[in-house]
Amino acid sequence: MSLTHDARLAVRPAAVAQRPVRTWPEINNPAAWIVAAILVVMPLVANGFFLIEIFATTLILGIMALSLMFLAGYGGMVSLMQLTIAGFSAYMVAVFGVSGNANISLGWPWWLAVPMALALATAFGTLGGALAVRTEGIYTIMITLAIGAAFYYFTNQNWAIFNGHTGINTVATPHFWGVNWRADIPFYYVVLAVAALCYFAVEYLSRAPFGLALQGVRDNPRRMAALGFNVNAHRVAAYAFASFIAALAGVLQVWNYRQISPGSVSVGACIDVLIIAVVGGITRPIGPFIGALIFVLLRTFALDFLVRLGLDGNRFRLLIGLGFLAIVFWSSDGVIGLWQRWRQGQRSRDGRQGEGRGHG
Amino acid sequence: MSRFVERHPAWALIAIIAIAVALWLIFAVWPPGLEEAIGRKRVFLNAVFNGITLGGLYFLVASGFTLIFGLMRNVNLAHGSLYLFGGYVGYAISTATGSWLLSFIVAFVLTALVGVLLQLIVFRRMEGQDLRQTMVTIGLSIVFADLMLWACGGDFYQVQTPNWLIGPVELPLITAVKSSGEPVYLRYPMVRLVIFAASVVIGVAMWLALNRTRIGMIIRAGVDDRDILAATGVRIQLVFVGVFAFGAGLAGIAGVVGGTFQSLSPGEDIRFLLASLVVVIVGGMGSIPGAALGALIIGLAEQLGSVYIPTYAIVVTFLIMVLVLAIRPQGLLARR
Repeated sequence: MSLTHDARLAVRPAAVAQRPVRTWPEINNPAAWIVAAILVVMPLVANGFFLIEIFATTLILGIMALSLMFLAGYGGMVSLMQLTIAGFSAYMVAVFGVSGNANISLGWPWWLAVPMALALATAFGTLGGALAVRTEGIYTIMITLAIGAAFYYFTNQNWAIFNGHTGINTVATPHFWGVNWRADIPFYYVVLAVAALCYFAVEYLSRAPFGLALQGVRDNPRRMAALGFNVNAHRVAAYAFASFIAALAGVLQVWNYRQISPGSVSVGACIDVLIIAVVGGITRPIGPFIGALIFVLLRTFALDFLVRLGLDGNRFRLLIGLGFLAIVFWSSDGVIGLWQRWRQGQRSRDGRQGEGRGHG
Repeated sequence: MSRFVERHPAWALIAIIAIAVALWLIFAVWPPGLEEAIGRKRVFLNAVFNGITLGGLYFLVASGFTLIFGLMRNVNLAHGSLYLFGGYVGYAISTATGSWLLSFIVAFVLTALVGVLLQLIVFRRMEGQDLRQTMVTIGLSIVFADLMLWACGGDFYQVQTPNWLIGPVELPLITAVKSSGEPVYLRYPMVRLVIFAASVVIGVAMWLALNRTRIGMIIRAGVDDRDILAATGVRIQLVFVGVFAFGAGLAGIAGVVGGTFQSLSPGEDIRFLLASLVVVIVGGMGSIPGAALGALIIGLAEQLGSVYIPTYAIVVTFLIMVLVLAIRPQGLLARR
C-alpha cells in the first residue's frame, strides 16, 4: 500500500512538470490530431449516407449534448430542455425563413432568419434557465423536463405559428457563392466547422475565469457567494451560453432534415440528449460527441443487428435503455470514465485516484 | 389558517372573494347576460366536475410520487411506467375475471411488488446519490416502456366499467331553468364521482395514517431527518421498502382508474409522469396536502382551459407552474 502511495507521489510532480503552462490540451495529444485529420478527409472516403446520416447527425446531436454537458459538467445543472431550445431555434428558422408553408413563413433570407432564430432561442433558453436556477439538483431536472414537455404540447396545439402536429416542411437551405450548402459535402464541412467551434469554445470557457467561477459555483455555491460571486448570475449566464450552442445545433438540424415537427421536440427526444451526454461522459467536452456516435450507430444499425441475431428489430429502444442503465450503474462518467479506469487499471492495479466526481 | 389570514390579509381577502365567486358560479342560476358572455352553465359545470375528478386521478398518481420523494429524495421518473403497468394489469384482470374491484387489488399488489424489487435491487445500492438514482429511473422508464410496448402492442385499451356504475346520476345542481319554470338538474357519470370519492377517501386515510399512527410518525421523522431516525434504532430500510411499495401500488391503482375513464396506450406513461411532476412542483415536493391542492388546481386548469381557451390549454398549466416557481419556488404547501 505504501509502495503505491509513494509511486503516486512520484508520478504526480512529473505530470505537472510536463505541462508548466496551461495551453490547449489537444495540441500535445496525437490522438486528437488523428481524429481531426480523419474528420477533415472524411468526404474523400465516405459516401453520402455515411457523411450525412452518420457523421453530420452525430455532430449535430453531439453539439446539443455538448450544451447539456457544459451545464451539467461545469455548472452542475442537468437541464433536459436543451433539445427544446434547439427545436425552438429550428422552428424560428422555419418561421422567419423560407419554407413550403408560405402562410406561416415570413420568407426572410437565411442571413437574417438565422441570427434572429439564434437570438430568440438564446433568449428563450436564458428565460427558462432563469426559472430553473431558482431550484437545485433534481428539481432542475423536473422543471426543465416540464418546460420541454410544455413546449412539445404547445407546438402540437398551436397552428398559427408552429402549424400543429404537421410541423413546417420543405424549409429552404442556404445557397450562396454558387454553392448549395445543403449538398452532402459542403453541409458536412459546415457542421464540422460549427461542431469544432462549439467544442473549442466550451474547452476555452471551461478554463477562462468565468468557467472556473462556474465550477466553483457547482462545487460550493455558498462559499462562492461568500467570496462575492453572484451565484445565480453565473448560472443564468451558463444557461445563456449553453442555449446559444443548442440554438446553433437547432439551425443545423432544420437544414439537415429540411423540416421540423413536434415529433422532433418530443419528451423522448429530450431524454435522448441526456442519454447521449451521460453515456459519453459529462466531465469533458469530447464525451457528448462519443455518446452521440454510439447513439447514432445504435439507432441506425441496431435493427439489422438484432434481426441478424434472430431477435425482434423493433427492440432498439430496449437496447438503448439497457445500455444507458449499464453505463449509469457501472461508471459515473460514461464511456470516458470506463476508458480512463481501464487505462488506470493498466498502469497500476489499484490506482483509483482521479476517479472523478459524480454527476453534477 | 388564522395565522395565514393575519400574515397576508390581502391574499386572504382575494382567496375568499375567489371562493365566493366560484361557489356562486356553481350554485346560482346564471342570469342570461352571463350565459351570453361565457356560454351555457352546463358546459361550465361539466368542465368543473371533469377537472375535479381528473384532479382526483392526478392526486392518486402524484401522491405516491411525492411520498417516495419526500422520504427517499428519489425522483422516480419511472413512476409513469408504474402507472401504465398497473393499468395494463387491471385491464388484463378485469377482462379475464370480469371483476372491476379485483383488478384494483391485483394491480396494487403487482405494482407494489415491482416497487419492492426496484427499491431492493436498484435504489438501495445507490442511496444518497440523488442524481444517479434519477438517471437510473430514466433508464428504467425507457426499458419498461419498450417492454410494455412489446407485450401489449400500441393499441388503445379501456377497462370495462362495471354495470352498477354505468350511467349518469342527477345532481342537485341547477344548470338552467326551462321556460315553464321547471329547473334542469346536472347529470353526471356515476363512475367518475365514485372514483373521485375513492381518491378523497384514500387521501384522507393517508393523511390520517401519516399524522395519527406510529408508522406515520416514523415516516414523517424520516422525511425530516432520516439519519437521526436510523440512529434511533428504526429499521429504516424496511420503512423505505414499505413506502416505495405503497407509492408504487398507488400508481398502479391510478392506472386502473385512468384506464377506466380514459384509455391506456404507450405514451400515457410520460403524460402522467409529467402531470405528477407539475402537480408536485405546484403543490410542494414531499407534501401530501400539497399534492392534493396541486392536483385540484392542475385538473381544473386543464379542463376549464380546454373548454374556454382550447388552443392554449397546456400553456395555462405551464403558466401556473411558472407563476408558482416565481412566487414560491418550494411549492404552495411545502414547509421548506
